Amino acid sequence: MNTDRIEKVTVLEAPRSRVWRAISDAGEFGAWFGLEFDGAFAPGALMQGRITNSPDYAGITVTFVVDRIEPEHHFSYRWHPYAVDPSVDYSIEPMTLVEFHLEEVAGGTRLTVVESGFDGIPATRRAEALRMNTGGWEAQVSNVERYVSG
Amino acid sequence: MSPGSAAPGASVFAALGDETRLGLVARLASGGPLSITKLTAGSAVTRQAVTRHLEVLACAGLVHDSRHGRERIWELDTAQLSEARRYLELVSQHWDDALERLKRFVE
Repeated sequence: MNTDRIEKVTVLEAPRSRVWRAISDAGEFGAWFGLEFDGAFAPGALMQGRITNSPDYAGITVTFVVDRIEPEHHFSYRWHPYAVDPSVDYSIEPMTLVEFHLEEVAGGTRLTVVESGFDGIPATRRAEALRMNTGGWEAQVSNVERYVSG
Repeated sequence: MSPGSAAPGASVFAALGDETRLGLVARLASGGPLSITKLTAGSAVTRQAVTRHLEVLACAGLVHDSRHGRERIWELDTAQLSEARRYLELVSQHWDDALERLKRFVE
């Protein structure tokens, strides 16, 4: 098993320009991701996003460092995944890199998301992420079962 | 899902299919072995309920206890937990959920 990266591929039934806007516009990104940003994404920008989709973490901010922006093709940022415990200084930990790649395909847009760099994250933090999974776990059990038996 | 027919890993996930138990596992993961008193502190859940949850986790092989005087000390069994794999699975699921929201957002 590759413990360093996660890759997701999905086809969205929407034009690439629409998908690009949903990913590259900080307001739109926040709307579906569950974060509220001040300001726009720009290469190298340090962004603070307030968590909006979990009452347990209301008021907690998540830091994004925008990496590359290639219109309609590529958007990437670095962050500390699940860095929501105010008592922990995450700044000393390595960040993971999240990359979005967009491709036009018949019927829509193929989106590939790759998050990499997990091997640098301390094991204790990995376990801590369990706490983050605050909902929908039961519904996911069957998925997880397939995963572990596969 | 019936307990008897589940795959070996399934009882682990079934045991974790509860927010209180997930929280207990997370506390044991970050705080090391802890007594019931410490595990119950600051929680709305009663000591008895916490004990029951811990016993479910113990049945799944996620935790075990030992007696220290009058206290039962609970400890995480990290081998069974397989932290790295589970962590990735959680991040992975997080992305599945996020991309599902994105899909609804743009379609």
